[in-house]
Amino acid sequence: MARAMRTLLCALLFAVIGTAHAQAIDPLPFKDHAEEVRFQKLTAQLRCLVCQNENLADSNAELARDLRHEVFELMQQGKSDEEIKQYLVARYSKFVLYDPPLDRGTLLLWFGPALILVAGALAVGITVRRRSRAASAAKTAAEPGDDW
Amino acid sequence: MNRLLPLFGFLLLVALFGFGIWWNTGHDQREVPSPLIGKNAPDFSLPYLDDPSRTLRKADLLGKPYLINVFASWCVACAEEHPVLMAEGRQLGIPVIGYDYKDDPADAKAWLAQHGNPYDRVIADREGRTAIDFGVYGAPESFLVDAKGVIRYKRIGPFTPELIEQELKPRIAELQREAR
Repeated sequence: MARAMRTLLCALLFAVIGTAHAQAIDPLPFKDHAEEVRFQKLTAQLRCLVCQNENLADSNAELARDLRHEVFELMQQGKSDEEIKQYLVARYSKFVLYDPPLDRGTLLLWFGPALILVAGALAVGITVRRRSRAASAAKTAAEPGDDW
Repeated sequence: MNRLLPLFGFLLLVALFGFGIWWNTGHDQREVPSPLIGKNAPDFSLPYLDDPSRTLRKADLLGKPYLINVFASWCVACAEEHPVLMAEGRQLGIPVIGYDYKDDPADAKAWLAQHGNPYDRVIADREGRTAIDFGVYGAPESFLVDAKGVIRYKRIGPFTPELIEQELKPRIAELQREAR
């Protein structure tokens, strides 16, 4: 009995997790599956301006819905993904892109962590070298005494 | 010297995190910078709220600076901003255009009737389609547009008397100097 309950609870839990990942539902008239996939992929790369920690595909905010329709409309007009992104960047700045483009303003964002890692590695390297040198110096200094 | 190294590392981290806190309290993180500042305001043609048969176009407003204030009857922060606009709007010396955003016209009219109308004209964008061109992502938002139709300043969130004194009025004065 207890086991059955546990199984049921697990199943429920997974069901909940499953829905949490579901995308906001829009009855958009996609002409085929490929178009829908492209749409979902594209809106997942764009940030919802209202909630800001959600992408356009997942957000239930009204503006996100409007922008999804806008993206769909632009797709119907034959615009490329890049053109659609540019369209939104022109209105909402680069902030709408989840993947920030590499340019002067984002250099630190892209390479900052690597720089910190390199600095840390250098610090460790220097410390280790200095210590081993000090240790070998101490060893040679101590040698006459305990060599025997 | 070597003993102090961890302390230096610690102090470095403290400085870094301290900078982070200072930086984030200094500005609103949720504010999306407008790429439209310094650029031509998007073309628009929107119906008047009280008379949908008439439209206001961007071209109609060329020639002198004006302020567009995006508001809606459903917007809580707009109700907060409203008394400020009632008190200061007429003294700005430029037309203040109300931009009713994604609103039921009946609600908007009732709202203005109840709270007062600080606007020279009110236009309605029920679909919010033009608002996308303006990069609007909430209400209230305000745009200061110069005589040539270029967006010169944007305020996201409600105006307070202090912000009007410190940010809006000096910019309006600048635009009026330019026009002369």
